[in-house]
Amino acid sequence: MNWLQKHWDARAALNFMLGGTGGGLMIAAALATPDSRAPILLSLVLVAAGLGAVWLETGRKLRAVNVFFNPFTSWMTREAFAAVLLFALGAAALWRPQPFLPAAALAALAFVWCQARILRASMGIPAWRAPQVVLLIVSTALAEGAGLCLLFTTAPLLLTWFALALVLRAIAWSRYRAAARSAALEAPGKGLLQIGTVAALLLALAGYVVPAAAPLAGAAAIATGLWLKFALVARASYNQGFALPRLPVRGTR
Amino acid sequence: MTRWAMVADLRRCVGCQTCTAACRQANATPPGVQWRRVVDMEFGEYPQVQRAFVPVGCMHCDDPPCMHVCPSTATRKRADGIVTIDYDLCIGCGYCAVACPYQARFKVDVPTFAYGAPTENETACFDAKRIGVATKCTFCAERIDTGLAKGLTPGVDPEATPACVNSCIANALHFGNVEDAHSNVSQLLAENQHFRMHEELGTGPRFYYLWDKAP
Repeated sequence: MNWLQKHWDARAALNFMLGGTGGGLMIAAALATPDSRAPILLSLVLVAAGLGAVWLETGRKLRAVNVFFNPFTSWMTREAFAAVLLFALGAAALWRPQPFLPAAALAALAFVWCQARILRASMGIPAWRAPQVVLLIVSTALAEGAGLCLLFTTAPLLLTWFALALVLRAIAWSRYRAAARSAALEAPGKGLLQIGTVAALLLALAGYVVPAAAPLAGAAAIATGLWLKFALVARASYNQGFALPRLPVRGTR
Repeated sequence: MTRWAMVADLRRCVGCQTCTAACRQANATPPGVQWRRVVDMEFGEYPQVQRAFVPVGCMHCDDPPCMHVCPSTATRKRADGIVTIDYDLCIGCGYCAVACPYQARFKVDVPTFAYGAPTENETACFDAKRIGVATKCTFCAERIDTGLAKGLTPGVDPEATPACVNSCIANALHFGNVEDAHSNVSQLLAENQHFRMHEELGTGPRFYYLWDKAP
């Protein structure tokens, strides 16, 4: 006896989708150090867009600053602080990539980690509270960010990072799926493995010799990862439901 | 030490929803918002089927997940165990609602009334502070506090007792201090076998269900 929660819809899902990809892009940019600063800017835009989307979901938008009030226990507050740090360091990295870009990447990792823990702390939703969701969210962010960075450079180091992230994401998905089965995630999960992992890895391999294949690999990884995260937040989020460990014994009084 | 708790005798509840109606009247909740509701559950397969009516709502947990996740500190726990929401702090992010394993929280973004336009009573009871924020059962904290100030005993004196308990036609709902060994609820728990819902999650709900007499 459980039903789909309606408190967080596509707007909340967008925060995890865009924020994860943006965070992963900042990390990938720090590793690949492309000539252009566009990846840094795009990363910040994506994270801001995700936060803007979830802001639209709040009931009292003008009180948004209250989100900073509980850093002691709330991962949402910690996500907000990580976002502030990310924007500050990201802006500094736009001005001077060294030494600010690696610091911004660390802030991005913290931001993504907080997003993962937000889901993990949602005790009312079994598909979210599974411990395996943390690695799944972090690895999807790394893979999607690296995939997006392939639009800017196809350096071998980035391709290797991308391939490793894909493998990590596939492992994370397999572990998560074993722990928290959800019919709503079967199709996107299959897509993630077949298109987002196998096909993307083959394309990434081709990218070492034919650079034009690398962005295609990135696109495959991004599309399947976003699909999975949307389904996780908006389609697989059935609540705990009610259950009785014992049934009433009637007629005893 | 005081720790307020609710006890529901599942053998007695007939699913009449009077508690739901009483709660809605006492707390002026809008359509679709039921801080106290009764879930109609069926178990087994024909012909071995059993039905149970289960009052649910905020369990006022010892370790409330809603409070931990709340980014604004709007959700707090009083010394007597009642979990509260500060409507002036809440940003309506809904995080508490997805963190609650008991689906006890509601959020209404626009004023809604039973018949479109507000009735006289709805106009009188309307509270703009509740729009766009999380709301839930308060164990009728105002009644408890007012009653205590008058020297009354919550769970015993109706004036100091939650509206749902007062209204129960089957005497299935009880309220009192579980830290007091002589209270009505402590005696019920001693005389009967009981459980708490989703106890495995470790939230320590303060809503007990009686299912059989003690062996």
